[in-house]
Amino acid sequence: MATAALTVSGVNALYGDSHVLHDVSFTLGSGRVLALLGRNGAGKTTCMSAIVGFLPPRDGEVKLFGEPITRLSPEAISRRGIGFVPQGRRVFASLTVRENLDVARQSRAGTAVPWTLKRVCELFPRLQERLHQHAGSLSGGEQQMLAIARALMGNPRVLLMDEPSEGLAPLIVAEVGRTIARLKAAGQSIVLVEQNLKLALDLADDVVMLNTGRVVFAGGVAEVRDSEALLTQHLGVF
Amino acid sequence: MQFWVIQTLNSLALGGLLFLLAAGFSLIFGLMRIANLTHGAFYMLGAYIGVSILKVIPNLWLAALLGGLAVALLGGLFERFILRKLAGNELGQVLVTLGLAYIIADLCLVVWGGDPIPLPTPEALESPIEVGGFMFPAYRLVVVAVALATGIALYLLMERTRLGAMIRAGVDDMQMARAVGIPVSRLFTIVFCLGSALAGAGGILGGPIMSAYPGLDADMLPLALIVVILGGVGSLIGAFVGSFIIGFVYTFGIALFPQLAYVILFLPMIVVIAFRPRGLFGRATA
Repeated sequence: MATAALTVSGVNALYGDSHVLHDVSFTLGSGRVLALLGRNGAGKTTCMSAIVGFLPPRDGEVKLFGEPITRLSPEAISRRGIGFVPQGRRVFASLTVRENLDVARQSRAGTAVPWTLKRVCELFPRLQERLHQHAGSLSGGEQQMLAIARALMGNPRVLLMDEPSEGLAPLIVAEVGRTIARLKAAGQSIVLVEQNLKLALDLADDVVMLNTGRVVFAGGVAEVRDSEALLTQHLGVF
Repeated sequence: MQFWVIQTLNSLALGGLLFLLAAGFSLIFGLMRIANLTHGAFYMLGAYIGVSILKVIPNLWLAALLGGLAVALLGGLFERFILRKLAGNELGQVLVTLGLAYIIADLCLVVWGGDPIPLPTPEALESPIEVGGFMFPAYRLVVVAVALATGIALYLLMERTRLGAMIRAGVDDMQMARAVGIPVSRLFTIVFCLGSALAGAGGILGGPIMSAYPGLDADMLPLALIVVILGGVGSLIGAFVGSFIIGFVYTFGIALFPQLAYVILFLPMIVVIAFRPRGLFGRATA
């Protein structure tokens, strides 16, 4: 396996008294796409929250290229190189598109071709047209593109994407899918949480399945495709 | 006629001073969700520090600058070492900021005594200027100009710089702002220092009009609260418009119906809260 970009080991996380992640472990290889799958409430988003520092794990460890980032503040974790595209996009609605991108700008030593305003606009030409518009006035698809572009402006070493296709029209979903494929081709390491199984399996190299907060499967994408039992049992897909 | 003109100018001057106070209060609340009840005390402390600075350096503008810096330093220390630990604990924040306000008030009483101390008006501005047959106190006009200039500077800072955009991003969605790497902790300190500096400098600039006296803090804080509620919390334009509205309402209320001044002052605020809970320029918060 390639170098480990992101290692989650033995993570337990709690919302108040409710134990939502149980001993979750998985590894994302450098330059690979890992799909994190599971039913609603399986703990996928919580897992993202634990990695980005919104919900510091009670125990366990998260490492980014070997460097521990567990229990750092979200801004410190971002500065170490975790980019985050959250569920529901969460663009800064009262800022313009340009400002959304500008505030998220981070330079990172060792980035071969850094992301700049110009480059993310080439990736998403529609954002270029709307640079001076308030992000809150964008369509859902445009907001999703902005959320991805904003994460890229931080030149992330690992990109976490939580349901990037949620609530988007099929054409836009396809566009988001092509974008993720381009990022992957450029060597970006990605963790992808997705309800859209086809999209996820098309893009991913590796799959981790969660069920009620536990890892119930970790393996290659081919294994999942071939195993109806896995899909039925853990995702409820027939 | 002279009455109306003079009261109008007084209203504008009070509005300007209120803006210096309320802008910081509003920014702090908008970003940090802290109702900083020390803000009135910072204003009074500024005025008293101005009294002492003026004894050494007889220049009001320099005194406002230095006094603003001194209050900013105090505010920064307060934010970093005390308020910081109370994130999310609203009752704790109210008690701590109110407690510090009382401490500052007592210390001012001990250091500067209980008699009102007027700050001298800069000599060049002592004599009134005549415009269109009316005599205007020059200093008050300058206070209005300073408030306007401050408003424009703050607007440019918030709307035209990356720092301002970061602050607005934090107001929009604090958690997400942190997740994209915005150093929110540093922004808190910057905004708190800036707000404190404006309050302190406002106290000094207001000194020649209002003097420094025990209770100045308690007189100013409710006005700042009303301005911010009226204008909309976290909105700079709201603070600006609200300050001048309250400047007029309060000045004319006291002049025309002295026995009803507080009714006139609080009634519009209650009406606004009832019908526009976010204020005139407030927006929905995440």
